Amino acid sequence: MKRKNVFARLWTLWMRELYFFSHRPLMLVVMFIAPILLLIFFLSLMGAGLPTDLPAGIVDEDDTSTTRTLVRTLDAMENTDLRHRYHSFSEARDAMQRGEIYAFFHIPEGTTEQALGQRRPKIGFYTNESYFIAGSLLMRDMRTAAEMIGMGVSRQTFLAKGMTDDAAMAAVRPIVIEAHPLGNPVLDYSVYLSNIIVPGCILLLVLIFTPYTIGLEWKRGKQRRVYNDLAGGSSTVFLAGKLIPQALLFSLMMLLCDVVFYKYLHFPCRGGLGMMFLIGVLCILAAQSFGVFVYGLLQGNMRFSMCVCSLWGIVSFSISGLSFPTMAMDPILQAAAWLFPLRHYYLLYVNQALHGYPLLYAWPSVVALLCFLLLPVLTLPLYRHAFRHARYKP
Amino acid sequence: MTSRFNNIFRVCSIEFRNIMRDHGVVLFVFFVPLLYPLLYAFIYTNETVRDVPVAVVNDSGSALSRQFVRMLDATPEVRVVASCTDVAEAEHLNRLGEIYAFVVIPADFDRTLDQGRQAVIGVYADMAGMLYYKSALLAATNVSLALNKELKVERFYTGATPRQEAIATQPVDYDYVALYNPQSGFASFLMPAVMMLIIQQTLMLGIGMVGGGIRERFNGRALPPMRAFGNPLAVTFGKTIVYFAIYIIIAAYMFTVVNYLFGLPARGRFVTYIAFIVPYILACIFMGITFSSFLYRREDCIVLFVFMSVPLLFISGISWPGAAIPRFWQWVGMLFPSTYAVNGYVRINSMGASLGQVAHEFTALWIQTGAYLLLAILFYHLAIRRNSLRR
Repeated sequence: MKRKNVFARLWTLWMRELYFFSHRPLMLVVMFIAPILLLIFFLSLMGAGLPTDLPAGIVDEDDTSTTRTLVRTLDAMENTDLRHRYHSFSEARDAMQRGEIYAFFHIPEGTTEQALGQRRPKIGFYTNESYFIAGSLLMRDMRTAAEMIGMGVSRQTFLAKGMTDDAAMAAVRPIVIEAHPLGNPVLDYSVYLSNIIVPGCILLLVLIFTPYTIGLEWKRGKQRRVYNDLAGGSSTVFLAGKLIPQALLFSLMMLLCDVVFYKYLHFPCRGGLGMMFLIGVLCILAAQSFGVFVYGLLQGNMRFSMCVCSLWGIVSFSISGLSFPTMAMDPILQAAAWLFPLRHYYLLYVNQALHGYPLLYAWPSVVALLCFLLLPVLTLPLYRHAFRHARYKP
Repeated sequence: MTSRFNNIFRVCSIEFRNIMRDHGVVLFVFFVPLLYPLLYAFIYTNETVRDVPVAVVNDSGSALSRQFVRMLDATPEVRVVASCTDVAEAEHLNRLGEIYAFVVIPADFDRTLDQGRQAVIGVYADMAGMLYYKSALLAATNVSLALNKELKVERFYTGATPRQEAIATQPVDYDYVALYNPQSGFASFLMPAVMMLIIQQTLMLGIGMVGGGIRERFNGRALPPMRAFGNPLAVTFGKTIVYFAIYIIIAAYMFTVVNYLFGLPARGRFVTYIAFIVPYILACIFMGITFSSFLYRREDCIVLFVFMSVPLLFISGISWPGAAIPRFWQWVGMLFPSTYAVNGYVRINSMGASLGQVAHEFTALWIQTGAYLLLAILFYHLAIRRNSLRR
């Protein structure tokens, strides 16, 4: 009899939530429009995979057929677009400061002559490392080109000595390095960033939305009525009634992301779409639990708990190590990273989607996420107190 | 005239009181701009990854292959932590997260070289992070280039003078200079963008929350029905003075204290920076006022503005190169002062640009200031008219 009662209560609360969702535009924005817009934004932003044809400049003070060949080689490279020519070093540097180019190549006067006369000329290239990705990509291209000039000259010498093409190449470059990027063979930045950042944004929205929706009851002054009449005096029933509908809708958005990434765009996903979806749902529940915990701890101070949750959520993008590796951070931060659901989503994503290793290898993250789910249990007594005594602070 | 000054002063003091009595606003307007840059700088303070743990699968075991491994270990980028008997063992270590890359030297390494053919060394890098891949590949490439030179001299130029060797191994020398951020560090690259975004986002949050608070207290009115709030210009100026005074200090703090504490690049002149930051702060304040007109509850702006920081960081073109951003998103980016501020600030702060070299961004910020000012005045004008109709 009592069981049925609980379900009936939950049902009432769920219907009430759905009514809110359909009558408040902000809720629709958070649960549908924002995730979909973010998905479109990041996928179209990094749609090309790798940025191609980044503007770079050339200062060719020598201007001989040899240097013009170099310019053509460089321009033909995937990432470089040598559309700007400058007459002097300072002119190119000025263009860089104005933001026209990300890098430039400098060939001083007399380079060809010195090379022919075996006097070992020096050329230079300069990248703007204030723009990290652009700088790195152009550095790679320019360095290859610079190596190739030297190799080209050496190769000619060996060919002149009567070597075959292959032998000359092997003489110039006996050891070759072959790169095998595991899990993302084309170095697609969209694979590398989008499928962490978009779920990360969803988790951020969940983190902020949880104290927001719980707090609205206090803000509207309805907390006691809801607690006593609708939830039957049980914080557990209240929280389940409040949060399960959102969790379902956010999970639906997570599923949409997973389908777009792994089924439609064929991003690497060795562990299977179902597994990634499960991880996503687990992280959503962990983020909700964190929100519940903070709100309980701050005793109904809605705005303050929302602030804490949003700061927490924003830091998680950095501390999760998706761009700057956590292993390179201070040991304190490496330990603190455990407290962020996105960190575990990232680790599990690498384990499951990128590598497809058994989940066993990432068990600490699973355990950590399950620990997050225990947080609300700790705060249940605090909620009882908050329902009876706490009031919205204007 | 004196009464107008009095009104502006009244608006100022009421706004300031509204800021101070809401813990949430205080947190966003004071705590975040002062402490968040420090936290971020702490996260990125090591700038680059050094000594990425890698494993070696040396099937050859020859003297040359062992030399390769030794040289690899000596690079600053990676550290050889394990020597595996086969690829499966290395993969196992990768699964455990003990290594992030492994290098495979084939069994026929020496034989191939002796036959005068090219020998291939494979670098297998974990793509969990771009930086692991970059470090492993860079280290292996550098070692191979150095070894190639030695091999070439050994085989073809025995008995040559060092100068002849240098010419033979590298007939054209080159110099690579990473300008403005010599160690390609992460803090130097990301911190300027983070600091500019913090200014805009916290201003929008602060103004939005105070504005929402007024609506809640006065039954949905955007301005309190008081005589001091009778002129849209006076209201706009009064509010602006408060936020401007707070944020000009915060901006100076970011440029001086944060840059100094964490040794971030600071090549710009302070005067240039202040001249540049003035239109940015103004544009952010007026945009905050404009956006707050759409919000009726204080808490709503946290929900709406916080997550926007992430796409705004990318739209600014600092991490994903601006040249590769689709046209449509470039247009969207034009609506937000942060896009121009980030680019201008990076150039002033990290690259030592003068105001003339950031003229494009500087003008754009003033145009945004003007446009959002008009919108803000319009919004207050409508609010005041509504107030007087209700009275």
